[in-house]
Amino acid sequence: MISRDLVVEELSASYGAIRALNSVSFSVPEATITAVLGANGAGKTTLLRTITGLVHPSGGSASFGGVKLTGRPPEDVVRCGVAHVPEGRGVIQELTVEENLRLGGLYRRDRADLKVAVDEVYEMFPPLKERSRRSVFTLSGGERQMLAIGRALVARPKVLLLDEPSLGLAPRVTTRIMALLRDLVASDRLTVLLVEQNARSALSIADRAVVLGLGRVVMEGAAAEVAADEGLRHHYLGY
Amino acid sequence: MTLFINYTLNGVSAGVIYAAVALGLVLIWRSTQILNFAQGGMAMFTTYIASTLLQHSFGYWEALVVALVAGLALGAATERVLIRPVEGRSPIDAVIVAIGFLIFIEALAGAIWGSDLRAFPAPFRQVGYVLAGHPLAFTPFDLFVVGSVLLLMALMLVLFRFTAVGLRMRASAFAPEVARLLGVRVKRMLTLGWALAAMAGALAGVFIAPKVFLSPNYMDSILIYGFTAAIVGGLESPVGSLVGGLVTGLALSYVGGYVGESFEPTGALGLLVVVLMARPSGLFSRVQPRRV
Repeated sequence: MISRDLVVEELSASYGAIRALNSVSFSVPEATITAVLGANGAGKTTLLRTITGLVHPSGGSASFGGVKLTGRPPEDVVRCGVAHVPEGRGVIQELTVEENLRLGGLYRRDRADLKVAVDEVYEMFPPLKERSRRSVFTLSGGERQMLAIGRALVARPKVLLLDEPSLGLAPRVTTRIMALLRDLVASDRLTVLLVEQNARSALSIADRAVVLGLGRVVMEGAAAEVAADEGLRHHYLGY
Repeated sequence: MTLFINYTLNGVSAGVIYAAVALGLVLIWRSTQILNFAQGGMAMFTTYIASTLLQHSFGYWEALVVALVAGLALGAATERVLIRPVEGRSPIDAVIVAIGFLIFIEALAGAIWGSDLRAFPAPFRQVGYVLAGHPLAFTPFDLFVVGSVLLLMALMLVLFRFTAVGLRMRASAFAPEVARLLGVRVKRMLTLGWALAAMAGALAGVFIAPKVFLSPNYMDSILIYGFTAAIVGGLESPVGSLVGGLVTGLALSYVGGYVGESFEPTGALGLLVVVLMARPSGLFSRVQPRRV
C-alpha cells in the first residue's frame, strides 16, 4: 500500500540572495496534525508556498503519496489532493460566500458531489450558510477563516496546509477551529500541516511538530516532546 | 425637437458600437491589467477577413460568423504569443507590445488588401424609419446593431454571473494567486478573456464598417471613442461598458449636431475631463480613486 504521507526532502528555496529555506526535511504521517513553528522570518510561510508551487525550490523536493509536488504549478498541486489555505486567508472579496466555496471545487468534474461538499461545509459552519448569497464584506474574521477552510475542504483534499489560521482571531474562535480540524483528521483521515505563530495553541492539538529557525529545521518530533523542551521553547517559540 | 430625437437616436446607434469596443477593452483590462491599444486594429483585421469572404460570394451571415470566430482565434493567439511574455511585468512593456502590434497589423492589412477604401454591406436597409411623416435617423440596420450589442452584453453577463467558466474568469481577474491555489488554470482564463474581447471587437468592426467604409486604419478613431466609453463606464463590467458607450455616443452626437461635427473629438475629450474630475473611477466602478 502506498504511503500517504507528505514527505519533504532537503527542500531549499531562496528569494534572490536570501536563503529562506535550507535543506528542510521532515515528514507528515497520514491522518495526523503536524505543526510548523518558529519565529517570524523563520521560513514557515515560504515552506508552504514552496510545497504548493507558488515558490520555485532551489533544491530538494516535496511529495505526497509518492507523487512529486515540487516542480508543478499550484493548479496542478491542488489536483494531487493538496489544498493550501494561505496567509491572510485569501478570501475573494468581490465574490459571494457561495461563489467562494464553489470555486474551491470547480476543477473536479463531479458537479453533483460539489453540491454535496458545499452542503457539508454549510453544516460544519452554520454562519456561512446564513450568509451564502452575501458578499464576503459582511463576514467577521472568524467567519472568513471558516470560509477559507471550507473552500479548501470542498475539493475533498487529502492534505490541508494552513498558514496561520489563528491570526487575528479571538481565542474562543481559534479553539473551535482547531477542534474542527481534529475532527476532520479523525473522521476523514485528513493530513494537516499547520503553520502557527501561536506555538502554544498549535502544540495543544498537534501530534507532531517541526521547529524552524532561519530556514533550517531545529527540531522535529512528537508535539509533547517539543512542548516539554524548555530551552527550545524559550529560544525559538517565545514562551 | 425632431433634431433632438434624431441626435439621440444617432447617439444610441453609435454608442452601442463604442460599448462593444469598450467591452473588449474592459475584459482585457480586468483580466490582465493591460490597455489593449491594438483592439481596433484586431477588429479591422477580422472585418477584412469577412470582406474577403463576401467578395468570394459568401453570404453576409456566414461572413459575420467567420469574423467572430476569427476574432476569438486572433484574441487567443495574440495573448498566447505576444502578451503572455509581458504579463506581470511593468505595464509599459505591454503598452509597447500592443502599440507595436497595432502598427504591424495595420501594415499587414494594407499589404494584403491595399489601403483603398472598401464598401462593406449591411444586411438590412439603411433607410431611416418614418414616424408620423418625420424621417428618423434610425434604420432597420441600426435596430439590428443595437439589438445585437444588447444581446452580446446580456450573454456576457450570463457567462460571468451564472457559469463555472465565468466564476473562474472573475476569480482569475480578482485574485489570480488564490485562484491558482484553488485549481483554476488562470493562464487559460486570461487567454479566454482576450478571445472574448477580440470577438466583441470583431462584432463592432463589422457593424461600423457600412457607415465609415473599410480601410486599414478605419478603427483608429472608433478605438479612441471606445476608450472614452470604457473609462466613463468604469473599466469594470459589461454594464459599465454599455452605459459608458451610450453616454459617449450621446455626448458626441449632441456636440457634433449642435456645435459642429469637427468638435466631436473635443467633445470626447471634454467628456473625459468631466468624468475624471467628478468621478474618476468611472460611473459604475466600486474602485476608490488614488490621489497623487
